[in-house]
Amino acid sequence: MITRSLTDDKSIKTDEPKIAKEIIHEMDKTPTLYSYAAAEKGKVKVKIKLSDDKIEKIKEICAAFNNDAGELINVLHQTQHTFGYLPAEVQEVIAHFLNVSTAHVYGVVTFYSYFTMIPKGRFPISICTGTACYVRGAEKVLDEFKKQLGISVGQTTEDGKFSLSCLRCVGACGLAPVILVGEKVYGRVAPDGVKAILDAYKDK
Amino acid sequence: MQTVKLTIDNKTVEVEKGTTILKAARKIGIDIPTLCHFEMCDMNIENKPGGCRICVVEVAGRKNLAPACATEAQDGMVINSHNIRVLNARRTVLKLLISDHPFDCLVCSKSGNCELQSLATKFGIREIPYQGEKSTYRKDTSPSIIRDVDKCIMCRRCEMMCNEVQTVGALSAVNRGFKSVVAPAFEMDLEKSPCTYCGQCVSVCPTGALTEVDHSNDILRALSDRTKTVIVQTAPAVRAALGEEFGLEPGTSVTGKMVAALRRLGFKFVFDTDFAADLTIMEEGTELLDRLGRYLKGEEDVKLPMLTSCCPGWVNFFEHNFPDLLDIPSTAKSPQQMFGAIAKTYFADKIGVDRKNLVVVSIMPCLAKKYECQRDEFKVNGNPDVDFSISTRELAAFIKQANIDFMDLPDEEFDNPLGESTGAGVIFGNTGGVIEAACRTAYELHTGKTLEKVEFNALRGMEGIRSATIDFDGLPLNIGIAHGLANARKLLNEVRAGRSKYHAIEIMACPGGCIGGGGQPYHFGNSEILLKRAASLYNEDDCKTIRKSHENPHIMRLYDEFLGKPLSHKSHELLHTTYFDKSDEVAINHD
Repeated sequence: MITRSLTDDKSIKTDEPKIAKEIIHEMDKTPTLYSYAAAEKGKVKVKIKLSDDKIEKIKEICAAFNNDAGELINVLHQTQHTFGYLPAEVQEVIAHFLNVSTAHVYGVVTFYSYFTMIPKGRFPISICTGTACYVRGAEKVLDEFKKQLGISVGQTTEDGKFSLSCLRCVGACGLAPVILVGEKVYGRVAPDGVKAILDAYKDK
Repeated sequence: MQTVKLTIDNKTVEVEKGTTILKAARKIGIDIPTLCHFEMCDMNIENKPGGCRICVVEVAGRKNLAPACATEAQDGMVINSHNIRVLNARRTVLKLLISDHPFDCLVCSKSGNCELQSLATKFGIREIPYQGEKSTYRKDTSPSIIRDVDKCIMCRRCEMMCNEVQTVGALSAVNRGFKSVVAPAFEMDLEKSPCTYCGQCVSVCPTGALTEVDHSNDILRALSDRTKTVIVQTAPAVRAALGEEFGLEPGTSVTGKMVAALRRLGFKFVFDTDFAADLTIMEEGTELLDRLGRYLKGEEDVKLPMLTSCCPGWVNFFEHNFPDLLDIPSTAKSPQQMFGAIAKTYFADKIGVDRKNLVVVSIMPCLAKKYECQRDEFKVNGNPDVDFSISTRELAAFIKQANIDFMDLPDEEFDNPLGESTGAGVIFGNTGGVIEAACRTAYELHTGKTLEKVEFNALRGMEGIRSATIDFDGLPLNIGIAHGLANARKLLNEVRAGRSKYHAIEIMACPGGCIGGGGQPYHFGNSEILLKRAASLYNEDDCKTIRKSHENPHIMRLYDEFLGKPLSHKSHELLHTTYFDKSDEVAINHD
């Protein structure tokens, strides 16, 4: 969970302090020959096309974690919480502000199943595959959802309406098998009841 | 120093506290096998994720086996490194690794140099009892490097090289469990990633997961085409390492035999990249003096420090990471490309061959050179100045295939005019060598005096970042040297922040310089080998009668007959280049 508040304004400047920190040795007192810093002041370069306010938002999140590379997972949590998912462009901006490689960020995003690069549907469907639900036929229910929606777990329908995911136990084992659509809980779901559930969202 | 005493295989050893069991064992001649672990002592490079579990040993009183590479030696430990429990564990680990590995050793380019293969041989693995699904992944071929992740054992040495030693950040472990692979961000092709093709990942990969693109067949085809005149150039670092492929002691210089072998392979002219290195010094050294002179006159827009530009991995690195500093590297092309440009104009004219029928091959210690010679700016109407670049390893294989008894070859001399070189050209293969060569020439050109002692010992060594102030007869010239791209990044960040005190900086992408290049015979982490190769080049320089680039008679003739003088219009046209912003970035304002 994210414990630190985004309002802890530590407004870390991005490029300059990092560079200064990295200088490991000092030569004699010869004056600097030529300064390139001026040209770059106030500018950071990132690889992508993302709107300015989104970049600003990511910058805020990274700054709230001191632009600390060790806080990457927390930054990703907070960013996914804000945007709903972690598309490539967002990962590139995070990599930039935390001063790590994009490959590293992508490595972490793909390691944890919680992080997703695909936006969730407007009505995210979660199937409980915890022990109780599983033994009472959750897998068949899941198969029926996959069939009806034409997507597999982790995907979103083309119209962006539904997405499918699995979770373990929502604490309603008495109602097994249980599924959630958004925040709404459906209990004792049988494969032949799946169509009716989906139909209820037809016009929404 | 606090020490601990322990017993390994009934031998007692005392080591500094904090030493791993692996190192303690090596100290008393017990060679515990490793696979993911990788270390280059003198370079401060170590990879010990403790992932493969090949190095497990039994520690008395401990329930499970301990990975020797990642377990600290404790006082009073009693260790057994090869009892039946340990051996069975090692065999099981190997069988599991091999169960998810293609059984294609016969056609694998790493066969014979594969650490997984040699461990399987060592431990007598005869069958794989574990059958089941194998993880598969697409093959990714870039201009220099081939990724065949099916052969990856997730040792993550490449990741360590790419991220820590080079700070390139092209590779990372992605996905999880059975599906995990080492890949660039978003699993894009290496060619689209920030990869610099330095090839250090290839040089540490224990299996055939990362290998070089092989051009030997293209060369064979050219050699058997009667309409083509095929000539070859050999980089300085190749002669110091090629012998290793034929069982010679590392550091044995095989210049003469190499020339003889190339002639027997059918190359019409055997030339030396060292000649082009001398040419590079003429151009680069003059450029440095020109910039310095203008700076001393008080011109404000002069760019200093000047960075060397011989190393294509380094050029790729700054094009990707420092697009705002593209105007500070020397505009001089690398020796490989200078050679190509001169060969396909001056030399082609001399022998009356059209450039289309002249095939220039280069033997390089480097994988980035393969990419470099394919760059569009080094082509004339689609015809590249250098047609093919092959590595030291590829050349060795080529010589063996041609039934040449390398050891029995006589020492032969390079052809002229592009084969004559000075000691300054030879040391280009070592970190610090380019700037030392430049100093020899720049000093004499600047001061008009003769340099009494040509060795600049202050510029030599293996520390990652070195600096020295050279007295140019009253003008103190601050020189910086970095090898390994992480070190280069530090110096470049200083420059970007306007804090650099240097007038000139030499950078080589690979640890140790070209002698440790990604195309050299595998060193398996033995940094001693690199030191010996470096010594071999310095020794060859010592033995040369001419040791300053500007005294090379063929270089003088080239300027007389063809180029005019350094930085002339013709030189600019043929020997200088421009750099491109490869960062693919857009600037965003952040106030």
